[in-house]
Amino acid sequence: MAEAGKAVRQIAFHVTRYNPERDRVPFVTSYQVPVRQGMTVLDGLHYIKDNLDATLAWRYSCRMGICGSCGMLLNGRPALACNTQILHIANANLTVKPLPNFPIIRDLVPDLQSMFDKHRIVEPYILHANEAESDFWAGEFYQSTEQLKSYLQFSYCILCGCCMAACPTLATDTRYLGPMPLAAAQRYDADTRDEGRHARNAVTDAQSGVSHCHYAGECSRVCPKGVDPAKALQLLKRSLVLDYLHLGRQTSPCKKLQGPGNGTRLPDIAAVPKKTA
Amino acid sequence: MGGTRSWTWHMAAAVVLLFVLGMHMLIMHMAGTGHWFAPYGTEPSSMRNSLFRDENPFFIFAYILLLGVALYHGLYGFRTIVFELTLKPATEKAITIALAVIGLGLFGLGTWAALVAHRIALAGAGG
Ligand code: SF4
Ligand code: SF4
Ligand code: FES
Repeated sequence: MAEAGKAVRQIAFHVTRYNPERDRVPFVTSYQVPVRQGMTVLDGLHYIKDNLDATLAWRYSCRMGICGSCGMLLNGRPALACNTQILHIANANLTVKPLPNFPIIRDLVPDLQSMFDKHRIVEPYILHANEAESDFWAGEFYQSTEQLKSYLQFSYCILCGCCMAACPTLATDTRYLGPMPLAAAQRYDADTRDEGRHARNAVTDAQSGVSHCHYAGECSRVCPKGVDPAKALQLLKRSLVLDYLHLGRQTSPCKKLQGPGNGTRLPDIAAVPKKTA
Repeated sequence: MGGTRSWTWHMAAAVVLLFVLGMHMLIMHMAGTGHWFAPYGTEPSSMRNSLFRDENPFFIFAYILLLGVALYHGLYGFRTIVFELTLKPATEKAITIALAVIGLGLFGLGTWAALVAHRIALAGAGG
């Protein structure tokens, strides 16, 4: 096994460059990057910026697959640059492009605003019939493990946009809400604390809503967090069809335990340690 | 219930389509398995066998059902594909109206033809 820290291979990074103030169309520039074992694409881009071309632009923050800002198209597949090791996907050449299905702000920086706007209109937060309850929760809401599991996977989304870039439907129909916002809708619809399913139906059921999904499954294939948006969308379709046929479950929010801390502790949950100060 | 309503019917039409197409395959292309609803000779599409089926109101209902679900499923599917081109709302409305007119026209024509075939078959059976 190659020693960590030592370059094991030269990889040619073919990076899409574009400055809308200067360039008419995007073009590709190639850079030779000495790659060590374990080096991520993000590390490679840093090498280019530090040693070869300081004008290269991309977006990143956490470097650990949490913030969702470094999504890009790596060898034709949407992925997080910080989460992808170069030697796992490239032998000699690596193409790096901005995420498709979004306008380019500059070089590898996509404009994700359209995704955030679509996310906002599905109201991705817990809605309560009693608005006062939404603002000032007066108690804990009991949720069983099964109830938690029904949405937990969908709550891992980091809004990176990789699924939106992979979706063939979104590629042709920009009005389609897309996998991320629709999976977020299902995440909250399935949450037993939520009473907003019928309000969200107005958006998810629209012509640009979930019925547009062809279940190609590309969104789930590329999701770096294992969210499986395609599954969320099929569950959302099912619940919309059941609502249309008047067979859907009535929203019955989970039981409220009066006052924080007054619930019965489950046996496998440790007690809060005593205050030391 | 905008998209969901049409999509639910689209899926329901697909299920019915599977059933009636299965019947079609069985009668017309799998005669060897038992000459279903084709008692005269070996050719299920011969005039005598066709008239035999046309006499039966169940088959007239099945023809009209097949026509209806095939038209709805096909035209709605076509509309979905075309709408993915992000057209102007006015263009989409015009396409929807045109497809509805074409669909209803073809459905009316096919229904009339099936009913006429039924009448001819009954007249033939009556001598
Ligand atoms: S499953 Fe649906 S949302 Fe996911 S990529 Fe395919 S069409 Fe897009
Ligand atoms: S569902 Fe997955 S790919 Fe899509 S935005 Fe969320 S984390 Fe990214
Ligand atoms: S830098 Fe945060 S997810 Fe990659």
